[in-house]
Parts: sequence; C-alpha cells; structure tokens
Amino acid sequence: MPANELYQLTVHEAHELLKQRKISSAELTKSVLKRIAEVEGKVRACVTIVEDIALKEAEKVDNYIKAAHEITPLTGIPTLIKDVICTKGIRTTCSSRILENFVPPYDATVIEKLKTHRAVVVGKTNMDEFAMGSSTEHSAFFPTRNPWDLSRVPGGSSGGSAAAVAADEAIYALGSDTGGSVRQPAALCSVVGLKPTYGLVSRFGLIAFASSLDQIGPLTKDVTDCALVMNVIAGYDPRDSTSVSHPVPDYTQQLIPDIKGLKIGIPREYFGEGVQNEVRAALQAAINKLQELGAEIDWEVSLPHTKYALAAYYILAPSEASANLARYDGVKYGFSERDASNVIETTEKTRQFGFGPEVKRRIMLGTYALSAGYYDAYYVKAQKVRTLIKREFDQAFEKYDALVTPTSPIVPFKLGEKLEDPMQMYLSDVCTLPINIAGIPAISIPAGFTDNLPIGMQIMGKPFSEEILLRIAFAYEQATAWHKRKPKIR
Amino acid sequence: MKLSYEQVRHIAWLARLGLSEEEVEKFSLQLSNILENFEILKEVDTTNVPPATHTIPLKNVFRKDKVAESYSQTEILSNAPRQAEKCFKVQAILE
Repeated sequence: MPANELYQLTVHEAHELLKQRKISSAELTKSVLKRIAEVEGKVRACVTIVEDIALKEAEKVDNYIKAAHEITPLTGIPTLIKDVICTKGIRTTCSSRILENFVPPYDATVIEKLKTHRAVVVGKTNMDEFAMGSSTEHSAFFPTRNPWDLSRVPGGSSGGSAAAVAADEAIYALGSDTGGSVRQPAALCSVVGLKPTYGLVSRFGLIAFASSLDQIGPLTKDVTDCALVMNVIAGYDPRDSTSVSHPVPDYTQQLIPDIKGLKIGIPREYFGEGVQNEVRAALQAAINKLQELGAEIDWEVSLPHTKYALAAYYILAPSEASANLARYDGVKYGFSERDASNVIETTEKTRQFGFGPEVKRRIMLGTYALSAGYYDAYYVKAQKVRTLIKREFDQAFEKYDALVTPTSPIVPFKLGEKLEDPMQMYLSDVCTLPINIAGIPAISIPAGFTDNLPIGMQIMGKPFSEEILLRIAFAYEQATAWHKRKPKIR
Repeated sequence: MKLSYEQVRHIAWLARLGLSEEEVEKFSLQLSNILENFEILKEVDTTNVPPATHTIPLKNVFRKDKVAESYSQTEILSNAPRQAEKCFKVQAILE
C-alpha cells in the first residue's frame, strides 16, 4: 500500500489499485468525501459538493469495471473542478453573486472528455470571482485557506483547486490560468500545476475572463498525474475557434529521469527586486540540482521586456474582461435586480450588486483602456508590447530548451495583507503573466520550503513543448522529495 | 494621471455599472494609482511594431454550416430571471 488512506493516493497509484481490483471507485470516492468532511471546515476549498452524484457515478464505474472492461488512467478517480468550468446540471458560480444560482445546460469540452473516461466529479472549487485575483479572497462567498498555514492565502485564482489537492480533498483538480491562476496557487500550496500552450486545451464551456489569455490546466500531486490528465484534456475542439489542431502525444512517454544535454536558461529579470531572498535561494538550489542531473545551465539570460509585462497584462486582460462580462445584464441568466424602473437601471443595478470589488475594478480599467481617446495609448500600446514580449521569448527558445524561474516572487501571504492594495496583489503574478502574454506553456512544481511555507519552480518552454517541460519536472521531482511532504492541517 | 469624479462616473456609465458614491471615491484613487504604474509602457519604442491580438497564427476559422442538434427552448430558458410565453422577458425599451 503506497498510502495509509485512499484519499492520499495519486492518480497513477489509484489507477493501479483499481486496475488490479484491489479497491473500488466507490471506496476511493467515499474516502475522498470523508477527507472533505474532516478538513473542509478549515480549508474551505469547495463551493459545491455533489456527494450523491459522485457516489452514484462511482457505483456505475464499479459495475463497468466488474463487467471486465478495460479502464483508462482517470477511470473511477474522484476530481474537483474549478467553478469557472461549466458542468451540466451542477451549479457553476464563478464564485460570484451574479452566477450564484446558474446551472449550465451543457458540459465544457474538458468535462465531456473526463466523462468519456468515466472520471468521478465530486464538486466545484472556490476561486477569485471570475478568476480575477491572486489569493482566492475575491470569492464572493468566502476565502479559501492555505493548508500549510490556515492564516495564509492559497494563492489564486484557482486557490480552491490547489488547496484541495494539497489537503487531499481530491486526487486531482482542474483550474484555469489567465495570468498565473493555475501555477501561482500550485506553488503556494506545493502541488504541480500546468498552464498549457494557448489553444491546446479547449476553452468551450470555460466561462470567459480574457479570451486571448485563458487556458484550462491540471493541478495534481505529482508530475506523472499532470501528464495523465493532459492526455485526456488536450486536443482540438471545433467548438472553440481558437483551438489549435496539433497532434496530442502521450505525455507520459517523455517522463524519463534524464535531462542530460538539455539547455536551460535562467532569465535574470525574474530574480530581481521584489523576489524574497528565501525564494531566490530555493531556486538557486533547485537549478543546481538540474545541473547535477545533467542540464546545461546558462545563468546569463536576459529578457529585457519582462518589466513591461505587468502593465501590458493589466491593460489587456481587463480590456478583454470588460467586453466578456458585458453579457451579464440580468436578462438571460444569473442575478437580476428587480427594483429598477427601466432597462438601463436594471442592468446597472444588476451589475452593481452582482459583481464584487475586484471585478468592478477590472471592468472599469478595461472600459477606460478601450474608450475613445485612450484606446491607442493603452490598449494598442499594450498589444504592441505583447508582440515584443512574444518575440523575445521566441528568440530565447532558439537557444534554450526551457527557461527556469520562481513561480511566485513570494511565499504565501497572510489573509487580508494585500486585499486593499490592488497593485500589490497584481505583483503576485509578475513571474507568471508573461507566459500568458506569449501564449507559451509553463509548469510549476514544488521546489522547497521556508518556515514550512511552500516555494515553487516555474519551467517554461516554446509553444507545444509540454513534453520537455514535463520531462525536466519529472527528473527534478524524482531527485527530490518536496512533492511527498503533506501539510498538517490545524 | 489622476481620474476625476466625472471621469469615473463616465466610465461606469459606458460599462453600465452602477457605483455607490464610496465606490466612485475609491476607484478614483485606485485606478489613478494603477494607471500611473502603466506609464512605464511609454518607455518602450514600438515604432513599426504590429499589435498582437493573439499568440497563435490563426485567422479566418471557417466551418461547414450544417444542421445539428441544439438546445431546447426549455434548457435555454432554464436560467432566465424573467420569462413569458417561452421568451426572455425584458422591460419596455420605448416609453
């Protein structure tokens, strides 16, 4: 037995046991539900738990397995889904008052794919409202807490998914990443999080925040699980016009503990001002480990446009958001204010009471950047800077197989610490958002601790280089034991 | 770059976003602070740099126009805050 309790299992461990008929999906699902009952009062990672649906599904899977059917790696395995991904018949709130009672009439493509593999959806996870935030404190319902220290944030916006995986409330989870929303909480909770190449995973059924930046990605207990989930969710989807028709490999094929000869660059701009010394030291040690493992490290890489990425991102993302969120008018779905005398007042009041402060702030920012007289100075300028950032990455990847940086410049911060200072909160994403601007993939993996607070390492590569990123991540993981540490929740 | 009370009200109007007096005050300060941080982009020489709308080389994505199953009226209306005669119900646009 690789673990004392079934809920502690990884996807690949649980799959082996299911395949050998040593456990049933119902037992595994009950174990996860028991764990949720134990710790959820403290962690608060979930918005909705669908115990009955999950148990019924697990039973169905068990009958299917009994009938001697072949199973795939996600079959019968319980998962939690970020509440920004539409689940047919299960409330999908975006952690917003405006969608508090929204029940989607359809599944997102990623959910359809999970269901094809007979995954067991146990519930929906908390997030910053509409995925806007870096701490999960901007949920309209309640903040999620970091399992490693309950007085600290789990990161965001996929903080619920990351905290749930760290606390063993799910065997794995799905999140979404617009500027770091999978990777930054993965780093802060010491789990693995991948932001795939833009277009690799379908966005159909992902409630839109910033359409040119959003991607769905897995949050898992180890790198092997990340590859297994990617095998299921990646692939072209005609229902997403920005989906890319690119062959999907078996991502587990490249999970070999050998990185000899791989060229890894260390961009110095990601180690400058604002990066905590403990984070810098942990990364230094992790990079030394990669060198020991045979990688060729170049410490002298420079990406000079990095310092403009934050400003460009916080113009582009809110601009796209202000357009995407125009659909919440209180007519077709969601909250609708009844105490209003005409159409315009209904819309204004619906949005006033339905949206929280960060969502309003970004709608305002985006509307301003797109408004007459400011469009060229802000929006178009940011788009041009986006071109330059993308070019800089393209050039770097002509020389290097991957670039390595911290995922978050800081360790998990205290609840409330940055809530009233939006600019400070935005800086939490400074290492992750350039990746979304360039549309490239990046993975965050556990790379150490300071005072029992997690530190994450980010590995990025050129478009569709997920296999190389997973290989580097796997080699590092096999040579270290960070991913095996579990938080004591108290 | 300081955003005035009137500017904040104007942007909120464009976004059809109702704001309380306190919110207008707060946003006037916070948005001004954020915009100040954006000034850094002026340093970047973007002469002859084309704007990027997407990071993947896709354009004009077409598909065959074919008949397929769609959602039923009931499903589509299932989340409607107000409905009448199997339609979304809105307030009168014209007086």
